Amino acid sequence: MLAELGDDARVLAGGQSLVPMLNLRLARPSALVDVGRVAALSGISANGTLRLGATTRQVDALRSPLVAERAPLLSDALHHVGHPATRSRGTLGGSVAHADPAAELPAVLLALDGEAVVRSREGERTIAAASLFLGPFTTALDDGELLTELRLPAPPAGARHGFAEIARRRGDFALAGAAVVVAPDHARVALFGVGPAAFRAEAAESALAQGAGAEEAAKLAAAAADPADDPHAPAAYRAKAARVAALRALLAAGVSRA
Amino acid sequence: MPERAVRLRVNGRDLVGLAESRTLLSDFLRHGLGLTGTHVGCEHGACGACTVLVDGRPTLSCLVLAVQAEGAEVLTVEGLADEGGLHPIQQAFRERHGLQCGFCTPGMLVAVKALLDENPDPSEEEIRDHLAGNVCRCTGYVGIVEAVHLAAQALAEDAR
Repeated sequence: MLAELGDDARVLAGGQSLVPMLNLRLARPSALVDVGRVAALSGISANGTLRLGATTRQVDALRSPLVAERAPLLSDALHHVGHPATRSRGTLGGSVAHADPAAELPAVLLALDGEAVVRSREGERTIAAASLFLGPFTTALDDGELLTELRLPAPPAGARHGFAEIARRRGDFALAGAAVVVAPDHARVALFGVGPAAFRAEAAESALAQGAGAEEAAKLAAAAADPADDPHAPAAYRAKAARVAALRALLAAGVSRA
Repeated sequence: MPERAVRLRVNGRDLVGLAESRTLLSDFLRHGLGLTGTHVGCEHGACGACTVLVDGRPTLSCLVLAVQAEGAEVLTVEGLADEGGLHPIQQAFRERHGLQCGFCTPGMLVAVKALLDENPDPSEEEIRDHLAGNVCRCTGYVGIVEAVHLAAQALAEDAR
């Protein structure tokens, strides 16, 4: 259907990002394809991998014991995604596909080495989180492709996580935020809100693998940020906030300070 | 744009109205069904004034198309109290000065209903967290938080 309608059609899932854009006339698609009632696109299951249907509501993932057990980083992050009323309808896949630079879920997907499953008339393919987020509101999905599922591999043995976000008010988009997973010989540090898209701070990750403390890793992570001035905060403030968010997330994950 | 029939169960009554596919649930409730208790503030999901319950969950009615709500059970502020009376949440807002101008109040009341349905004895932190998406420019929130505590007590006593 997306292929038939052409590239001016938009997929409507939970509508918590797209409908505001419609209301403000920032988006004027020729057609909307509502996938909200496609049962096969929602639901949470796990074998080795945690599978999250794209239209799974954020509130359902937040309350899922399976998510809390397999991906506690995602549970922590979901508390920061919007407000209760937006989480009632907002979907996991919608947030990932929308790719707001300040959104939490892209960073979580990066920190957990997740994958996105996308489908089109030509068939199905998976995209690793590391190659999914290309820029502001831009992903590697092609026209006519629909995000159907997010997959999170089982975390490495002994993994601990941390999540931190700095925002002006509860539920606001982040000025800066960080999602961290650390385990023996494994470190992932993903930042959001401080660049054109969520990204992994690889210099910080390698430093952690070589025994760096949280202070040093946070400094390296913030150095990789590329924040812009906007009405919410100047770039210099966001860069500072990035260091603090990374530090808090690293400490929460049990990384020692020095 | 052609209109189509939208069926909803609103405040316990089965209702049908006509809506264009682009019509928001908030506008449909107010103009299609005449339920003007639901207020429309920012119309982009930032203020919470239009909060209603859809299938028991707090929902911003300005971010849902009426056609998406087809078949849903909706609770608006009009459905809180029995005819002529006040719901314990409304009574508590009145007693604790949880409102001044009243514009945010319908959304606040419905959001509080969703909170207390799930968590009958919330802490101040939980109340503030739950209501973070409902903006009030008059009260400074102190009266609202007190009203939620009072409503929780009143509902617990009613349940006894």
